[in-house]
Amino acid sequence: MARPTPDTEQRTPPPERARLQAAVRLEGVHKRFGDVTAVDGVTLDVRQGEFFSMLGPSGSGKTTCLRMIAGFETPTSGTVLLLGRDVTRLAPYDRDVNTVFQDYALFPHMTVGQNVEYGLRVKGVAPEERRGRAAEALRMVRLEGFERRKPSQLSGGQRQRVALARALVNQPAVVLLDEPLGALDLKLRQQMQIELKAIQQRIGLTFIYVTHDQEEALTMSDRLAVMNAGRIEQVGTPAEVYEKPSTGFVAGFVGVSNTLSGDAAREVTGSSATITVRPEKIRMLERDERPGDGECSVTGHVRDVVYLGANTRYTVDLDPGGELVVLQQNLARSSMEALEVRGKRVRLAWDRLHSRTLARSEEGTGPPGPGEEGT
Amino acid sequence: METRGVRIFMRVTSVLVLAFLYVPLAVIFLYAFNSTVGQKWPPSALTTHWFGVAWRNTEVREALFTSVRAALGATVIALGLGSLAAFAVHRFKFFGREALSFVLVLPIALPGIITGLALNSAISSSGLSFSLLTIIVGHATFCVVVVYNNVIARLRRTPGSLVEASMDLGADGWQTFRYVIWPNLATALVAGGLLAFALSFDEVVVTIFTAGPQITLPIWIFNNLLRPTRLPQVNVVAMVVVLASFVPVYLAVRLTREPAPGRFPAEVVPKPQEQLAVASAAV
Ligand SMILES: Nc1ncnc2c1ncn2[C@@H]1O[C@H](COP(=O)(O)OP(=O)(O)O)[C@@H](O)[C@H]1O
Ligand SMILES: [Mg+2]
Repeated sequence: MARPTPDTEQRTPPPERARLQAAVRLEGVHKRFGDVTAVDGVTLDVRQGEFFSMLGPSGSGKTTCLRMIAGFETPTSGTVLLLGRDVTRLAPYDRDVNTVFQDYALFPHMTVGQNVEYGLRVKGVAPEERRGRAAEALRMVRLEGFERRKPSQLSGGQRQRVALARALVNQPAVVLLDEPLGALDLKLRQQMQIELKAIQQRIGLTFIYVTHDQEEALTMSDRLAVMNAGRIEQVGTPAEVYEKPSTGFVAGFVGVSNTLSGDAAREVTGSSATITVRPEKIRMLERDERPGDGECSVTGHVRDVVYLGANTRYTVDLDPGGELVVLQQNLARSSMEALEVRGKRVRLAWDRLHSRTLARSEEGTGPPGPGEEGT
Repeated sequence: METRGVRIFMRVTSVLVLAFLYVPLAVIFLYAFNSTVGQKWPPSALTTHWFGVAWRNTEVREALFTSVRAALGATVIALGLGSLAAFAVHRFKFFGREALSFVLVLPIALPGIITGLALNSAISSSGLSFSLLTIIVGHATFCVVVVYNNVIARLRRTPGSLVEASMDLGADGWQTFRYVIWPNLATALVAGGLLAFALSFDEVVVTIFTAGPQITLPIWIFNNLLRPTRLPQVNVVAMVVVLASFVPVYLAVRLTREPAPGRFPAEVVPKPQEQLAVASAAV
């Protein structure tokens, strides 16, 4: 027999690797719609039992990735593996994956109970058993006793939970969630973030969560992938992505963009390579204070001050050009004192370890400011 | 700003328009119960005598059966073609899709006499004989559109994500059709069918051009309108035709009415026993 090509070796892994098997693996996945390249070469491993987020601005290809995992779209090229099995061309109903849709997609003519039971019913599970499992799933999302309601009789948050219960009841290998909290108001959304994460931890299923909200992704995820224009910019834990953004895009999209390049970078680091530093890592020095060992520093004058209650945000125009945003906790400072700094000259300093040099090829990528993205 | 005068004016015109539409109908209904053969206002006494007379008249009975058969036949064809066309236009993008949609809807705007004339020459030149079948085909031309319109409107209102959700939960194409698409479409189909039946049942012009020796109820009315002795029976038959058209239209309107958003209609909460029945029937 001919030696297997590396390609087939990856598709049929030996049994001893099965335990460490990725729940989902995308290998060089591309998806084109006519002239539009929605997904442009994504390679990604999602581990079993993790809460994995895909974060990116609108149009970056997150939904398309999710739909290829669910089976609603077929990649133009590349492979989708589910627990090591090639499912690239399988129909959605042959994949052990369930989706929570952004518009919930509850069946309007069925009761809540019938909606939740649906997956079990089409798989031929006996009525007794599926009623029990549906009740349990509804208990999990704190909707016990809602079986007989119709979806039209529920609030947005309740529909959201029914959609979640309808997916969870099947115990799929992976649960896909496409901006599931997008339609809820802020307060409910924050409450549901905590609840969703708690449920995921309790049942230990793999969740892949799509969002354009960086705060949401950072709060909920075990790991996340930051996407831009159909590509993955960085994969890592929330702390890694936030504190060590590997590209200018990530630095800008996750948190506030604070990048220094050219003369400003040279003055601070001695090299013109672009660096980035998080606003809360920067100190504003007292009048006679010198920067400490291992700190870099730069001077400028305060252009803008925004008092945020717990924090104050300063925008500082730097003497060598460019600007930095500085976020300071209001430990002993009143709003009056904070606002007085406007127009004053200041010296900024931060620990060298907190600034990161960005990969050269990424310097040109203009990151959109957070908040610019749509849904 | 709506002044008091305007409001009164609007109310009066509404009442006048409705009266113009419905008073003649009411008069016909009343005359159907008139005890004398001649029509004199006001009727001196009321009777159900003419209903018996009309029913015993074999010509009327034959016409009634012909009408029912024609309407049922046209409805069946309309349901088949109309829903298939709606599925095709909704689901697939193909060359001439817009044109097909337009061609399907057009017959409702064409004057019946044109449709009738065209069908008549088509049927005679094709060598078919004029029969109940040709009436059915003639009626189907304009019945298809009401089914098509109802079904496509419902399909457009049904989010595509419902079908995806069903497949995602493990249902294959047939299960998805049976459990999700069909229950959502059923009322639209029934409504379309009822409207098609009503349209066919009171049709005159196309029937004249496509019928052989058969007589439908509206044609019978037309033939007997000028015979004074038949007038009471004509009134009875007219009343039947009106009711046979009104009731389906009324039901169709009820079936396609959207539930008011945000309202919690009490009737959609099934009682416990019903709930069990629904669940087990759905197995
Ligand atoms: N069915 C489709 N047909 C054509 N273009 C599509 C389709 N789905 C997505 N796209 C395009 O692909 C790109 C990525 O879309 P999407 O995956 O929905 O991004 P996201 O979910 O990150 O907002 C967008 O430019 C979008 O317009
Ligand atoms: Mg999306």
